[in-house]
Amino acid sequence: MSDDIRASEVLQGGVVGPQAPPEQEPPTENLARRELAGTRTLWGDAWYRLRRNKMALAALTWIVILVAVTLTADLWVPQHFGMPNAINTATAEANQFLGPSLGHPFGTNQLGQDMFSQVVYGARVSLSVGFLAVAIAVVVGLLLGAISGFYGGLADTLIMRVADVFLAFPYIIFALLVLSVLPRDFVTGSILPTVLTIGVLGWPSIARVLRSSILSVKQNDYVDAGRALGANDGRLIMRHILPNAIAPILVYATMSVGGAILTEAALSFLGLGILPNNLSTMISWGQMIAQGQPYLTSSPGVVLWPGLAIVTTVLAFTLLGDGVRDALDVKMKD
Amino acid sequence: MGRYIARRIAQFIPVFLGVTLILFFITTVLPGDPVAVRAGTKPLSPAVYKSLRHAYGLDKPWYVQYVDYLGSLSPVRYSPKSGLRFPGPDLGVSISYGRPVIAMFEETFPYTAELAFAAIAVEIVIGIGVGIVAAVKQFSIWDTFATLSTSILVALPVFWLGVMLQYLFGILLQQWTGGIFYLPIAGASGPPFADWQYLILPAVTLASVSTAYAARIMRSQLLEVGGQDYVRTAQAKGLSPSAVLWGHEMKNALIPVVTFIGLDLGAMLSGAILTETVFNWPGIGNMIYQAIGRRDYPVIFGGVSLILFIVLVVNLLVDISYAFLDPRIRLGSKVEG
Repeated sequence: MSDDIRASEVLQGGVVGPQAPPEQEPPTENLARRELAGTRTLWGDAWYRLRRNKMALAALTWIVILVAVTLTADLWVPQHFGMPNAINTATAEANQFLGPSLGHPFGTNQLGQDMFSQVVYGARVSLSVGFLAVAIAVVVGLLLGAISGFYGGLADTLIMRVADVFLAFPYIIFALLVLSVLPRDFVTGSILPTVLTIGVLGWPSIARVLRSSILSVKQNDYVDAGRALGANDGRLIMRHILPNAIAPILVYATMSVGGAILTEAALSFLGLGILPNNLSTMISWGQMIAQGQPYLTSSPGVVLWPGLAIVTTVLAFTLLGDGVRDALDVKMKD
Repeated sequence: MGRYIARRIAQFIPVFLGVTLILFFITTVLPGDPVAVRAGTKPLSPAVYKSLRHAYGLDKPWYVQYVDYLGSLSPVRYSPKSGLRFPGPDLGVSISYGRPVIAMFEETFPYTAELAFAAIAVEIVIGIGVGIVAAVKQFSIWDTFATLSTSILVALPVFWLGVMLQYLFGILLQQWTGGIFYLPIAGASGPPFADWQYLILPAVTLASVSTAYAARIMRSQLLEVGGQDYVRTAQAKGLSPSAVLWGHEMKNALIPVVTFIGLDLGAMLSGAILTETVFNWPGIGNMIYQAIGRRDYPVIFGGVSLILFIVLVVNLLVDISYAFLDPRIRLGSKVEG
């Protein structure tokens, strides 16, 4: 598939795909284009293909919007919609369960708090947990997976057995257990415990994926050539093996961000993930759903909005992951 | 076959020891005191506190506790006085309830099994059905709908889906029909396998994500098999499309789906914490979740051991059935499992 595309690309001078209309251009410019197409890197190719995938582009746009909103939230959200966790006891009862309006786009909850502000600040927690947890899993997974795949032998056996142990552990039970035994004042008001727990549980899958792709790349002639030229192990791994083994990791990591967001929401729903104090702006979508559940009958919005926020965000990372997979032409199990 | 099973069990032992060692590390090295939790806010006198800790073996060093725990898993007991006995695994006594852990699991496991089998039934009927329709009518509106809805289902938080279903079918439906027709939204009411109405919403919730995956796998497998030579031969012989589908394509396309559903059954039998919590379903997931809150270590250890064991057995059965479904697979000669 990818070979076909690349071949047609060269033939048509940079215009990819059968649906692209043949362009009438002066021959000199066509030549310049052909040169450009020839020098395009693997990543340039992938980015080109990703941009043509409407679903992936929509997903990427949604993620960029979310990131932009959460980064700038402090500048405009509290001013117009109020702090997410603040309770004004004087007006709480009067503001309870207000319907959507300009001042409260998502209405208010049982405590008279603005749901829009809560959903926005919830996005900050979800995205931070998602990105950081996956970053931890990727760093640890890459390190151990590279050692395991490149050196083999005892290190490989040891690392893969430990990975087996982590993968055999009932996921949610492990996370709940760790979060429940950590000291309360360490857990409260910090996303770090949740990030660490989800990250630590995520590395074995990354290590396995990297290990198997290193094993398939390692036998290539150019690796032997590099070794014959006197490259040391570090250089071989960093310059020759990783760049060719990294594509599946990128796909897996993109999809994992959505998974980490789901896990964080579930843990917070069960009361053990994000435990905010009322002074901070920290709030979790899962916790909002848990707190809104008893009031579902009087005002479905208290559960609906945070849930829709989770679904759209997780869906965006899944679709982007699909797009990255197709763009990099990675063969993966469904 | 026998050698294969033996090797799988041998591989299981270090994993089991690893998981339980981590469990012991988390629960005993890190702070947290189940006796204090059981006592609640009432202060315990130091003597009572000490005797309670002694009674549950919490005053012993962790490695002694660990060996005791491993001993409690053994179905065989030996003492010089009474000789060799076979009382079955013991799993100790729950700290918050003072009851044998094994009896508590015997009570709750049937509910989990009931829920798991109901969810698997949903997964088989809807998942495989949707997958077939999407593949047979590829590029049609049905295919697009299936692809879209499975993508969304995979992104749904299970607990949120449960809560929304409770609202739609429990509360709104009751209002619309004037209280005549609605679905119960919580609990199991009565013995396991009795009240099927209580089962509908939890089963649908638990099945949701897996059904979407099953449909996707079914669809992609059918499309893959459909392009193979033997299918073209069958078509060329003049067989009707349905004869080709059911007699030729399904046989091969079903294998990965059966594997997925089998592994999923193992996961579901190990308790669905989120679904069981949302619907207050009295299964082992709910029980372990509450035990974590109470630091009831014997229940947690027993639960995790049980889950590891269930997953081992179910995965083994799936692998063995694989060899029957696809005669090309020879388990004994497989290099690495």
